[in-house]
Amino acid sequence: MSLKWKSRLIVFLLSLLVWLALTSWRDVQEIVAAIVVAALVSLAAGHFLITTHKQKHLLVRWFAAVTYFFLFLREMIKANVHVAYIVLHPLLPIKPGIVKIKTRLTKDVAMTVLTNSITLTPGTLTVDINPQAQEIYIHWIDVKATDVETCSKQIGAQFEKKLKEVFE
Amino acid sequence: MIREIVGMVFISIGILFDFLGVLGLVRLPDVYNRLQAATKCVTFGSAGILFGIFIIQGFTSFGFKALLGIVFIFLTSPVAAHAIARAAHKSRIPLTPLTVIDCYEADHELKDKVD
Repeated sequence: MSLKWKSRLIVFLLSLLVWLALTSWRDVQEIVAAIVVAALVSLAAGHFLITTHKQKHLLVRWFAAVTYFFLFLREMIKANVHVAYIVLHPLLPIKPGIVKIKTRLTKDVAMTVLTNSITLTPGTLTVDINPQAQEIYIHWIDVKATDVETCSKQIGAQFEKKLKEVFE
Repeated sequence: MIREIVGMVFISIGILFDFLGVLGLVRLPDVYNRLQAATKCVTFGSAGILFGIFIIQGFTSFGFKALLGIVFIFLTSPVAAHAIARAAHKSRIPLTPLTVIDCYEADHELKDKVD
């Protein structure tokens, strides 16, 4: 089976599950509608999900994805406490600026997840991305360093390592 | 009974963080800093409220809808924040005077000179 059709099959199963979770799955009409809609969706846009062969085993990548999720959750709670501290502080202790970081990730999906994670973690917000140069511009509410290397280490490094395991 | 108490605790935490996000929206100086407060706290707060609803409702179609809502908020909220920040910068909305560095501005000025 070619990669395109494998990707379409996965999208078909996922959208079928979502449809059945959202409606009642005991009704035959709903199941027929679910199959029709899922088939249309996977034919139209299913081949974007998987575009390359992966080197690592599926289980290894899923394990990395789960550990990534918990790392992300911890950082997210830290982010919220951080913002709460800044907002409730009477003097508003901020030192904002836009810095630039380099990333070693190459794939679109990995970069999207990285930038979304950066936005949701303490004090950082992705402003723009330059996929050719692998650079990300980040608004930092409390700038601690201005050169590219230190910023990359402080903002992106911990996610980058895990994302490389998940997506490549 | 216990399920309802746990769900209510989650909903209360969510409302608390939503409130902090709104407070940040009012207090912080410019659009970029306000986006920081808005995305982080409002994403976490809304996810907390939806998760509380899921706990109270259990595995019904209502609960599943709440769970899917969490997934969609987590996917779309950072993208919206990125789009707003980028659009603001492109339309030359000034950063607050407290700003210490702006690499984006520097790089794009360079590009303008090359063109």
